[in-house]
Amino acid sequence: MDFSLPTEPMNHKRKNPDPSPDSDESTTQLSSPFPDEVLERVLSLLNSRKDRNSVSLVCKDWYDAERWSRTHVFIGNCYSVSPEILTRRFPNIRSVTLKGKPRFSDFDLVPPKWGAYVHSWLLVFATKYHFLEELRLKRMTVSDENLKLLALSFPNFKALSLLSCDGFSTDGLASITTHCKNLTELDIQENDIDDKSGKWLSCFPENFMSLEVLNFANLNSDVNFEALERLVSRCKSLKVLKVNENMTLEQLHRLLVLAPHLRELGTGSLLQELTPRQHSELKSAFNNCKNLNMLSGFYEVTSIFLPVLYPACTSLTFLNLSYAALRSDELSNLLVHCPLLQRLWVLDSVEDEGLEAVGSNCPLLEELRVFPASDPFEDEILHGVTEAGFLAVSYGCKKLHYVLYFCRQMTNAAVATIVQNCPDFTHFRLCIMNPRQPDYQTNEPMDEAFGAVVKTCTKLRRLAVSGLLTDLTFEYIGKYANNLETLSVAFAGSSDRGMECVLKGCPKLRKLEIRDCPFGNAALLSSFRKYESMRSLWMSGCKVTMDGCRLLAQEMPRLNVEVIRECGNDGFQADKLYVYRSVAGPRKDAPSFVLTL
Amino acid sequence: MSPPLLGVGEEDQSNVTLLASPASIDSLCRNSSELKERNYMGLSDCSSVDSSGVSMVSDGNKSSLNLKATELRLGLPGCQSPERDPERCLLSSAQLDEKPLFPLHPLKDGQYPSSQKAVGSGSKRGFSDAMDGFTKEKYLAKSEVAPMLSPRPSSNLGLKTEPTNAKEVAPSKIVQERPRAANEPRPNHNGSANGNSSAPATKAQVVGWPPIRSFRKNSLASTSKNNDEVEGKAVPGAIFVKVSMDGAPYLRKVDLKNYSKYQELSSALEKMFSCFTIGQYGSHGTLGREMLSESKLKDLLHGSEYVLTYEDKDGDWMLVGDVPWEMFIETCKRMRIMKSSDAIGLAPRAVEKCRNRN
Repeated sequence: MDFSLPTEPMNHKRKNPDPSPDSDESTTQLSSPFPDEVLERVLSLLNSRKDRNSVSLVCKDWYDAERWSRTHVFIGNCYSVSPEILTRRFPNIRSVTLKGKPRFSDFDLVPPKWGAYVHSWLLVFATKYHFLEELRLKRMTVSDENLKLLALSFPNFKALSLLSCDGFSTDGLASITTHCKNLTELDIQENDIDDKSGKWLSCFPENFMSLEVLNFANLNSDVNFEALERLVSRCKSLKVLKVNENMTLEQLHRLLVLAPHLRELGTGSLLQELTPRQHSELKSAFNNCKNLNMLSGFYEVTSIFLPVLYPACTSLTFLNLSYAALRSDELSNLLVHCPLLQRLWVLDSVEDEGLEAVGSNCPLLEELRVFPASDPFEDEILHGVTEAGFLAVSYGCKKLHYVLYFCRQMTNAAVATIVQNCPDFTHFRLCIMNPRQPDYQTNEPMDEAFGAVVKTCTKLRRLAVSGLLTDLTFEYIGKYANNLETLSVAFAGSSDRGMECVLKGCPKLRKLEIRDCPFGNAALLSSFRKYESMRSLWMSGCKVTMDGCRLLAQEMPRLNVEVIRECGNDGFQADKLYVYRSVAGPRKDAPSFVLTL
Repeated sequence: MSPPLLGVGEEDQSNVTLLASPASIDSLCRNSSELKERNYMGLSDCSSVDSSGVSMVSDGNKSSLNLKATELRLGLPGCQSPERDPERCLLSSAQLDEKPLFPLHPLKDGQYPSSQKAVGSGSKRGFSDAMDGFTKEKYLAKSEVAPMLSPRPSSNLGLKTEPTNAKEVAPSKIVQERPRAANEPRPNHNGSANGNSSAPATKAQVVGWPPIRSFRKNSLASTSKNNDEVEGKAVPGAIFVKVSMDGAPYLRKVDLKNYSKYQELSSALEKMFSCFTIGQYGSHGTLGREMLSESKLKDLLHGSEYVLTYEDKDGDWMLVGDVPWEMFIETCKRMRIMKSSDAIGLAPRAVEKCRNRN
């Protein structure tokens, strides 16, 4: 959770304890200098979570004022607090963001039916937060009944965002579109959804006009295009429209003509033959989209189509090509037209040459994500990106601070140069796809690479390491990464010492996720008090045993120490360990395979 | 780029002849002793599927096939090998699943020649993975459907087992055993110790690695395949048509230029859509995740059959396979895999139309 819960009583506002008859109000210097209402009004302008947390710790008055004026709450781990505690402290919430499962559930490391049910939250919200407007869920389990409850319980409901969730179907979406008369945002991304049909879109009432954000790019069923067309023409405030891959070019054209004011567009599949007339019509439609700053989609795109986009690219700041296996020349030709680009997501089909084009054409680039275009375990590794591509980008894009890079090979020297070129990294996520692969030139471990990263990039908040790594990497991290908040480790380290170094250092560490490393009980227990200052710890495939976990649970009663027990597990090893702080106590909804120690 | 995930490119290596048009039936009959028939003609008379599921016997005039030749082995040498035993139950239910998805060509009078047998074993192997209770292999199963769908395993029939198939199967095995092997060191695959990539066929899969979301991983499969079709070919020459299947949640697109005959097209489509067939019948219980019982599988097999139809430039729906291939790709606008019950009555029209054309 991201609001601080003070464990000791705050300084009370101290009034003058013995008001003499002579004293008047102006001498009560210890009381608050202005009335509560003013304080609340001022605090209501405060949006940053961190600032609000700080404010709440000043004194009891400020704690109260803050809690009454808070309208948005972010809960990073749904089991760290209960809906009752939340609603008791914050009575006026309009917007909730809830995250559920550990991040490694995205990679199938968490069995299904693990938990993170939104159900209990919605039940409480329905009574306590009648004016709820926004709900953003990530890695939660949501059912169709939940969505129906949501749709019916909150008359002012405006924005629903479901990212990486599971448990629901398009029927649930239909409840939302049918009943939420004030809906402005419907954002359905990358969920494990039972996609039965596209009928949900047709459930928007004919007089419904308030939609501003619609993202159904990851849904596969066809929607009724005429219904979508009518919807788009009615909703004059529509800013974000991301359609699914079944949308044809002709349909896309019709939508663009209706909504040239779009800021973000997600295209459908772009694989049709275009007549010259269609080509120029589309190009002109894109030309009319003067506000477009994000483009995504591009399922199955062909070269012929790309020039149609060029007029729209001049104002682009975010280009998501991560579903389009473009070649380097195609990307290059496109990027020439995108001088203002700040964020770029691509597949590694563009290869190093494509990334050279990024370096040459996008001086304002701040974020780059390069995903693998094919499953490296399935296909011959003939293509992809190497250290050369990353280097090229670092030479050309000095403002780069966020990178997610899946590559086939890397060297220590390249990384050292990269961070010299771009010392402002805040997020450095390097994934050398072959586990435990050393520097391919020197055959040494990649320790020095990550050493260079943490020494040079003082603002680093998020780090993911890969390649062959010894404990030295973690010594560096523990010693230098003073702002590090999230660390992801896989197939790395030589002994307990590695993890111990991280736990002893990294004062701002919040999330530590480890898989398949030789860290055992000694490491786990080396700095167990630290876990209370963190959101969570995940360890899977390591050398931790049940006894070690039990010991941790004993020492730290305010932590939830959970072991996910897989079938076939002998009961000695703790194969999957999830530790997190919580004020809500142990889970009451844990399935049988989750043991709370 | 690498061979397409769905193994379309591997067709050439297969010595399985795929039935596609009436003309080839005769030649097939003649060649049947050497070749395994893949039944895309809607022929199966699956009553001969026995519960052991290990061998399938041809009816009718295919008696020249010996039992040994029809015994389907998926990968590792024989079912005698102890290693294979845990797989057996998967195999047998997989092998039950050999009913073709969509016959290309029922006989004119609506009957199906009983002479051909369903031999789609290689492709069905992937379903058992998908149906596996270990849902954490789910995404792997999906991505593994590709190699499992390759006709290579079925080329073992009657031949010595090839080591490559052992490797194809082994990865899934390793993964499936993973949950039981909690104490085993996690190091994934053969090449990892050296840090170099070994030949892809020997790579073992690691659950959840590389760390990309399942959603993206599944999209990759179709992306890389489709773009392999596009790359290296004159794009203007590509003929993309949408293919829909009754009951499947979404459409696929294929480039007809990628294929030179019906059998290639049909096997590619079968691979693309095979997962949906199981999925929809899995809705009895959970969607395809639980192991379908033998009886449920039999229901599937005896249940509806599918027919591949297409809409031509005149807007008429016809059965695929009637006209010569070249004519077909020029006139086909889109395709639909429909239940054979819906398709009755198409055949006569198709033939007539063809006559009218010629």
